[in-house]
Amino acid sequence: MMLTDLSLAGALRGLERREFSSRELTQAHLEAIEQLNPRLNAFITVTGEQALEAAEAADRTRAGGEAAALTGAPLGIKDLFCTEGVRTTAASRILQNFVPPYESTVTAQLKRDGAVVLGKTNLDEFAMGSSNMNSAYGPVENPWQRRGEVARRVPGGAAGGPPAAVAARLPRGATGTDTGGSIRQPASFCGIVGIKPTYGRCSRWGVVAFASSLDQAGPLARTVEDCAILLGSMAGFDPKDSTSVDRPVPDYRAACGCSVKGLRIGVPVEYRSPGMSAEIEALWRQGVDWLREAGCEIVDVSLPHTKYGLATYYIVAPAECSSNLARYDGVRFGERVEGETLDALYERSRAAGFGPEVRRRILIGTYVLSSGYYDAFYLRAQKVRSLILRDFSEAFQRVDALLTPTAPSAAFAQGEKMDDPVTMYLNDIFTVPASMAGIPGLSVPGGLDEAGLPLGLQLLGRPFDEESLFALGSVLEKAAGFTHLPAVRAGAAS
Amino acid sequence: MSLEPATVRRIAKLARLGIDDAEIAQLQVELGGILGWIEQLSELDVEGVEPISGVGQAALRMRADVVTDGATREAVLSNAPDRAGPFFSVPKVVE
Repeated sequence: MMLTDLSLAGALRGLERREFSSRELTQAHLEAIEQLNPRLNAFITVTGEQALEAAEAADRTRAGGEAAALTGAPLGIKDLFCTEGVRTTAASRILQNFVPPYESTVTAQLKRDGAVVLGKTNLDEFAMGSSNMNSAYGPVENPWQRRGEVARRVPGGAAGGPPAAVAARLPRGATGTDTGGSIRQPASFCGIVGIKPTYGRCSRWGVVAFASSLDQAGPLARTVEDCAILLGSMAGFDPKDSTSVDRPVPDYRAACGCSVKGLRIGVPVEYRSPGMSAEIEALWRQGVDWLREAGCEIVDVSLPHTKYGLATYYIVAPAECSSNLARYDGVRFGERVEGETLDALYERSRAAGFGPEVRRRILIGTYVLSSGYYDAFYLRAQKVRSLILRDFSEAFQRVDALLTPTAPSAAFAQGEKMDDPVTMYLNDIFTVPASMAGIPGLSVPGGLDEAGLPLGLQLLGRPFDEESLFALGSVLEKAAGFTHLPAVRAGAAS
Repeated sequence: MSLEPATVRRIAKLARLGIDDAEIAQLQVELGGILGWIEQLSELDVEGVEPISGVGQAALRMRADVVTDGATREAVLSNAPDRAGPFFSVPKVVE
């Protein structure tokens, strides 16, 4: 077994028992990145030197008999989290030279707990997309391939870098952010685990903003337990984020082994979309059986406004995006293109700095907020969001969690679904409603489709009940026994 | 649904986003397609429904009105694309 094969929990155990040092572990990961990143493009920036320094510091800490939750564990950080003194691009040209003078709260907490940062991972520009084809630093390749095919597939999005890297075993785990499904959908496409916690659970301070009422940080890793360990460090109250919620962080790792006997699991009838593939429907049914066998009670529930989730999202998210991205003006930070007037400077800097999908969303957002259209689009969407939230609140009076597929398909090929933006948007159909309601969602690999690509199951829970999701996710993980490996990974013959 | 070229220009102006005339035709179709699709919300009856801007349970927290940081001028200016001493520089705006 190679060092890169270990789970996060396994690596932490090995470090504790002095079976290997953090320096050896970090070195193994850096070598894997050097070997595979030219192909996968999962990292935008690799911080090898700093990683080795941090690893040596972690080894000294352990030698001194002290260790925190993550001491010496090498991680990848989505390049949307500001890291002090390390370039943070949001995968945009406009931030290609941006070096934050401060550290995001989430990454500061991971470092506080001893994590070693290997580098900054790739994503769709400003986390907008479902394929990671929209990065100014090039697309990310999914390490999984269809059996007998060489066509490169997308890792999902908006953050394709973290899951692709984790699946290929480049880092031990990674941070992501989820606005409409950007942790869960790529986790499903790459055969790993990812959780979007409740809105307010992790601080948004220092995370480059896309849609502030939806953005939420969360971990991606190879096992449910690994995600629990990471969330334990990432979560917590932060006075610097006005939407951060002040409540204790439970022991998520302990929740992974808890019994799920007697929990009531809702199966939302509206998620059975007419076009759903037989394989995904079969996996969903299998997931229901696994939970029933573990002692859960299965209940049909209705979330009647599900079908309006995506359209609501594509009003609310662009509206907030157009407002948030107004800060890129070519004056205070970011790239500038000179102009004779201040307006010309703004227009040229923003035209040159933003890619096509970001420009589309800024324009849509500006339109739905503009005088004469605000009521018909934005205000109406805010009301429908209210109805979507009510659907979930009513369902959670009857059940403890919901089970659905994570995505309507397995990973598609690079270049597919690129002709029409709406076709791409449909990928988030099962993940967006939970984002609109701010509730937690966990994606766990359930199996492979007939071509050998991973498919995920999604668990949704009550606000701040991540513990039930970890307990239920562990049951699904154990039952699925998902030990399949992607074609491209550290240590595999290439 | 396709947007009028004048509408595309108007929202681009509002967003301070420079667009070439050559891009207008494609944007008319793309933006029109997205807006036509999200218009499906008009089939819902939302009479009397309270709009929400987020899912936060209560009103946003207020902090005490005191100075919490400062003296970080160099950090604030460290990413400025162009600066003049302790200032951000912009083209002349007042004649």
